[in-house]
Amino acid sequence: MPDLPMGKATRVAYGEALVELGRTDPAVVVLDADLSKSTQSHMFAKHFPERFFNIGIAEANMAAIAAGMALAGKKPFASSFASFLICKAFDQMRVNVAYPEVPVVFAGSHGGISVGEDGPSQMAIEDLALGLALPNFTVTVPVDEVAARQFVHQLAHRMVPCYMRLCRPATSVIYDKGRTLDLRRAEIVRPGRHISLIACGLMVAKALAAAAELAKEGLEAEVMDLHTLRPLDEETLFRSLSKTRAGLVCEEHLPSGLSSIVALWSVAHCPVALDFVHLSGYAESAPPDALLAKYGLTVEAIYKKAKAVMLKKDQRCMGF
Amino acid sequence: MKNLAIEARRWILKSITAAGSGHPGGSLSLVEILLAFYGGVLKHDPSNPKDPNRDRLILSKGHGAPALYAVLGLHGYYPVEEVMTLRKMGSRFQGHPDIRFFPLAEASTGSLGQGLSLGIGMAIAARLDGRPHHTYVILGDGECQEGQIWESAMYAGFHKIANLTAVVDINGFQLDDATKKILDLEPWEAKFAAFGWRTYDCDGHDTAAVTRALLAARDDGAPSVVLARTAKGKGVSLTENNNEYHGKALTPSQLEEALMELEAAHA
Ligand SMILES: Cc1ncc(C[n+]2csc(CCOP(=O)(O)OP(=O)(O)O)c2C)c(N)n1
Repeated sequence: MPDLPMGKATRVAYGEALVELGRTDPAVVVLDADLSKSTQSHMFAKHFPERFFNIGIAEANMAAIAAGMALAGKKPFASSFASFLICKAFDQMRVNVAYPEVPVVFAGSHGGISVGEDGPSQMAIEDLALGLALPNFTVTVPVDEVAARQFVHQLAHRMVPCYMRLCRPATSVIYDKGRTLDLRRAEIVRPGRHISLIACGLMVAKALAAAAELAKEGLEAEVMDLHTLRPLDEETLFRSLSKTRAGLVCEEHLPSGLSSIVALWSVAHCPVALDFVHLSGYAESAPPDALLAKYGLTVEAIYKKAKAVMLKKDQRCMGF
Repeated sequence: MKNLAIEARRWILKSITAAGSGHPGGSLSLVEILLAFYGGVLKHDPSNPKDPNRDRLILSKGHGAPALYAVLGLHGYYPVEEVMTLRKMGSRFQGHPDIRFFPLAEASTGSLGQGLSLGIGMAIAARLDGRPHHTYVILGDGECQEGQIWESAMYAGFHKIANLTAVVDINGFQLDDATKKILDLEPWEAKFAAFGWRTYDCDGHDTAAVTRALLAARDDGAPSVVLARTAKGKGVSLTENNNEYHGKALTPSQLEEALMELEAAHA
């Protein structure tokens, strides 16, 4: 399989989508905590300075201000680095947004270790788990620029408390520009019948590459972009796992994110042979690709574990 | 500029360009502050860096790490050339200070707003253990927009944590723009004074003036803050007061020019 073409980083698509929204929806307001140049919310600031609020380096204050704006009928999109946003403003997200169901969209850029040289303090590897820990929060990881743009528009159309993870580096293009996506629907990006590779974020492209390797041996892996961790698209999950009876979950996060969500659901609704490719701890400073390799988020890891899961399924050693 | 300051600036810029990323602006503004510390204020011995009675220095604005790495190298803690491995896989010179790799940093930082609380913890521990050393924390001016800074400032003031001194690198800029434009922190003196702190104003690029302020602050019986007035990107015309270089490496050709400019300042 040829390498997928590279597109814009999802944070860039986020910035562009906000500008589009600003033109059509006067209720949209954007907040940032002195990272607008990184999160790309500066694009909105340039076009709509009167609806852009740089709160300063004060993430907790930003989250609560955004909640106040939402209570007054605005549609706030608040961004910072994922690590600072969700860790520093967690209590405000909990009490001002999640519990009273106040519709604020939080966009955490620089998710995962693909941040690179800045190092662990700037890398969110716990953000999805924290988002999932909050009842009423939609938690989503748009995989490419097409998904990011459409999800931002869908959220503005139907505002809910939301945590959206965005990434720093340019990402592989998974979807054609004309493709219509639904925030609430997982996508099968490659059909197959022997195993389901269930991934989000940059692991989708790696799962596709692993599927191509497996295909050389006659093994047909289905690849699912399970971009939205909550609400979970149970229908697509069921259709895939009940067919393949084997799943490998892949995420650029600790196992408390997508892995946990899928495992929990599978145990209750569709027990199959499962395994996981995920981070296990804090990384370090280095170029993103070197880190992904060192910390085990590779095509090879997916390929090897996928074969092991298929073997486990065949040997029925799971006792199902 | 004094030779050591020029040397430090050279290594800061060289290491960041070699890494291809990093924060020149807030590193260059820190140079004389760090030289004051390692040039005499800090009771700290390169041959015994884990002495329990050593003074502690926390770089709360962790993105200024290249300055700390260069200044420690120039003071004999390791060969300064080693800073050229900045941000490379396995290097002790991580993007932000990381005590797993670099215990000399005393605390891992990088999420702004936390250092003053960490310093209070160390200062209280010293008091409990009856140890005479002092704890210092370097803050950014933008960083002081974090609520935690004022929570910790309130605590230290109320509890008279006198073995604690903060230094604010007031270079007038943060990431997105000038601090005055985003969320101004003036008047610094009145704010800290209201929280029970002694304040000392000084030119943050005059090592002797910073040293005097730090020494006066050490034994004044109260938590104190040195308000060091600096210029972001200090010392090189491309970067000085140009916030474009908050978090962007100089290109190799820009670096060459900057090094020549620093060379000329040497003479
Ligand atoms: C909690 C947190 N929010 C945001 C950032 C991203 N960030 C890195 S440096 C910086 C600006 C810091 O400004 P200042 O403290 O004035 O430092 P200086 O201008 O000296 O670089 C920001 C917002 C961070 N590191 N931590």
